[in-house]
Amino acid sequence: MAMSEALSPPKAVARWQDYLQLLKPRVMSLVVFTALTGLVCAGQPIHPVLGAVAILCIAVGAGASASLNMWYDADIDAKMRRTRGRPVPSGKVQGAEALTLGVVLSLFSVMLMGMALNWFAAGLLAFTIVFYAVVYTMWLKRWTAQNIVIGGLAGALPPVIGWAAVTGTAPANAWLLCAIIFMWTPPHFWALSLYTSEDYAKAGVPMMPVVKGAASTRKQILIYSLLLIPVCIAPAFTGLGGLAYLAVSGLGGLVFLLLAWRLFLSQAGDAADPRNDDGLYDVRAGARDARNLFAFSILYLSLLFATLLVEHLMGLQPLELF
Amino acid sequence: MSDPAREDATALKARRGRNIAIALGLVVFVILVYVVTVIKMGANVLERAI
Repeated sequence: MAMSEALSPPKAVARWQDYLQLLKPRVMSLVVFTALTGLVCAGQPIHPVLGAVAILCIAVGAGASASLNMWYDADIDAKMRRTRGRPVPSGKVQGAEALTLGVVLSLFSVMLMGMALNWFAAGLLAFTIVFYAVVYTMWLKRWTAQNIVIGGLAGALPPVIGWAAVTGTAPANAWLLCAIIFMWTPPHFWALSLYTSEDYAKAGVPMMPVVKGAASTRKQILIYSLLLIPVCIAPAFTGLGGLAYLAVSGLGGLVFLLLAWRLFLSQAGDAADPRNDDGLYDVRAGARDARNLFAFSILYLSLLFATLLVEHLMGLQPLELF
Repeated sequence: MSDPAREDATALKARRGRNIAIALGLVVFVILVYVVTVIKMGANVLERAI
């Protein structure tokens, strides 16, 4: 990034809300949700205050890595319509302040997790922050079209950290939750990038539609969707999910595949999408199939984790199919 | 041109808001560490030799 740009004096007076914005609160809320699911699915008793501290640490850690991301990516963010209003590119907050906030919150969250819960969970949290801020943001994002495939690991780890916070271990079922988010990320982000690729091209970010073209992206979305659905259904066969989970993952998976198939047959991303606003859902007719899959992917993941959460909170027995 | 006095008032208000947010954050952190310490020590205190 251009350091002179990041360190230039702010053009506007920063309010506390601008610093909160650096933590990407919407992403934090998703992280809290998936981490809570991991924590509950671990199935061991934990003091409610310690459970809340674990979730807080994971949320703050996610916010810290988001702040580091906004510091490093200020040059890219300034060129993209979706991100140019962020605190650093808009001049409300200095790049150095975002960096400091990210480092301080990273240290606080990891240390508190280690002291309050256990150092295995703290280590996983530290790894997640470094992976997102360094491996994804500083390296993968600007280098390869596989950026969000590999970088998706950072977003997939919170349920494992939640699980590890309770038990001090990360068994296969915890990694299965991680695998669901990991496999979900490519079709989710590529569907979005099919109708925002102009922005990414302008910023020089090698997203899949920019590098390989829209047709190849639509094909890869379909392939990843075909791989994703069995992974999503798997918890029903590993003692993690119950009958409700099997129904939600199966029926939702069918809808997911249908939308991915329709997107594959569409021309989404073939032409530029001259949108007039910054919304993620308001697209022109040609990109509707991409928008539909993007929107449904969020609903599908939310339903999967919500079903697991409810089943475990209500004490419903998982299926014993084997 | 914008009014410098008004800009100063806006800047002061923003700074005050930031200071309060930092203070609240630190207070919450101190309380959290205290509560966590009490919870973690609690079981051991009950198990001590009398």
